[in-house]
Amino acid sequence: MQQLTNRSKQVSNKEMTLAERIYLPAIAHGMAITIKHFFQKKVTIRYPEVKRYLGPVFRGRHVLKRDADGRERCTACGLCAVACPAEAISMVAEERQKGEEHLYREEKYAAVYEVNMLRCIFCGLCEEACPKQAVYLRHDEFVPVFTERDQVIWGKDLLVEDMNNRYLREAWTKEEAHAQDLKKAAGAISHVEPRAIP
Amino acid sequence: MELTAFIIKAIIILVIFGLTLLIAMYSTYGERKVAGFIQDRLGPDRAGPWGLLQPLADAGKMFFKEDFIPAQANKWLFIAGPCLAMLTALMASAVIPFGSTLRYDGIEVAVQGVEANIGILYIFGVVSLGVYGIMVGGWASNNKFSLLGAIRAASQNISYEVAMGLSIVAILMMSESLSVGSIVAQQHGGNWNIWYQPLGFIIFLTCAFAECNRTPFDLPECETELVGGYHTEYSSMKLGFYLFAEYINMFISSAVVSALYFGGYNYPGMDWVYTQLTAAFGDIAGHNVATLLGTAVFFGKALFGVFFFMWVRWTLPRFRYDQLMNLGWKGLIPLAILNILITGIGVLFIQPSLTAFLK
Ligand code: SF4
Ligand code: SF4
Repeated sequence: MQQLTNRSKQVSNKEMTLAERIYLPAIAHGMAITIKHFFQKKVTIRYPEVKRYLGPVFRGRHVLKRDADGRERCTACGLCAVACPAEAISMVAEERQKGEEHLYREEKYAAVYEVNMLRCIFCGLCEEACPKQAVYLRHDEFVPVFTERDQVIWGKDLLVEDMNNRYLREAWTKEEAHAQDLKKAAGAISHVEPRAIP
Repeated sequence: MELTAFIIKAIIILVIFGLTLLIAMYSTYGERKVAGFIQDRLGPDRAGPWGLLQPLADAGKMFFKEDFIPAQANKWLFIAGPCLAMLTALMASAVIPFGSTLRYDGIEVAVQGVEANIGILYIFGVVSLGVYGIMVGGWASNNKFSLLGAIRAASQNISYEVAMGLSIVAILMMSESLSVGSIVAQQHGGNWNIWYQPLGFIIFLTCAFAECNRTPFDLPECETELVGGYHTEYSSMKLGFYLFAEYINMFISSAVVSALYFGGYNYPGMDWVYTQLTAAFGDIAGHNVATLLGTAVFFGKALFGVFFFMWVRWTLPRFRYDQLMNLGWKGLIPLAILNILITGIGVLFIQPSLTAFLK
């Protein structure tokens, strides 16, 4: 059989030697190993202060994108709500009025768009369903811990993208994500630190 | 004159008592830190800087838990159990010499609770009383797991006490004294007993682990077989007392090991330090500073012992019960007797001829 590592040992039932039977050399050996680990670098990441980069395809909180002119992309078609397995999305559609063309891209838009963050399982199906590329799960921001009931349902005030701080994803495809990983492994630091928004 | 000696003694005893409790308290913190570091983690670090307030947080948690007494338990014995465990754990430190002597106003007071000429026997007596705490608690809980754990603890302690006592006999033969104070004083400088008694030391150390119910011999509280062992039914500060008593026992055992085998407050080059200090500060102050230095060395040795206990705990797996008994009765006791024989031959024949040869 092919060995996966070179550390495996064949087990045998042979008589133990005296050194093995008095057990002390084995104890000394074990204690040498543990004391080596005692002085090794620790792997702990001190979470709230230090946050790990979770990769370009991490599925965090939602964002409702705007287009290049700052118009909301969502047309309130409801496909995301239909796709959602957790039934977390609800919306109220509205017709665009004259003079609102700079606000909404399509003739119909979502006047209310709510995501229940307690129901959401962050599967990303809404993102896949959207025909207008309007809803995305950010890879760089978490949903923070809830302390009140009314923090659970996120409305458009929290969801719609801020034009001064647009959401850019660093990689879209598997290949791009892989290239990103290689770059990170080579020491290139990603400019995105994951954070929980208030 | 009498009164000053009494007051100095009282202060020494109080300080030692407080230090023992403090060390036991911080051992709980140290244990988790050591465990973390050995497992490449950081251990508790949230309560205060580096988690230093963790013991306080733990104590607070313990106090606010429900103090539960099972309906079928024997109420008074249930309460007496942890009290006994704590009491015996704290009593043992009375005869341990933590330093040589302090001079004040023309009198000399030993840094030791009581200078008893049967110190070793006292320690053994008190430590073996400790098993009553476990036994009474386990029995009074009226729970089979507790009772089994308590029986295990009792039989384990009794078995290992024999080997422990026998390993001490060799030391007593060499020092010709039962007083811990004079055993330590004989190891002046680097003349430690460990150089003469390596085998005895290993036996004693193994037995100390078994007496403290520490891994690899922590069968009384073996979770996989006995839920929580003898303290299954305990909660709140009563449980805290049991855990606390274990840490105190650990510290006391380390202190006894360092007094018997590692020269107690003696350290190499202490005579030189002594002359330097007396020259610098005068006779009395210099002597006192030298004594305090020795005490610090003693605590250092004992604390290293505590660290060693933890180090072993996070390295070795637990023994099986029959292995434990085999090791105790068939391994350690014959070895201890052999050790006594060798020491006897050494003291009777080799030592006189060696001294004659050297003269
Ligand atoms: S991520 Fe999944 S669960 Fe959450 S809103 Fe989108 S579709 Fe629903
Ligand atoms: S986010 Fe996309 S899928 Fe959902 S309603 Fe808007 S346009 Fe339709």
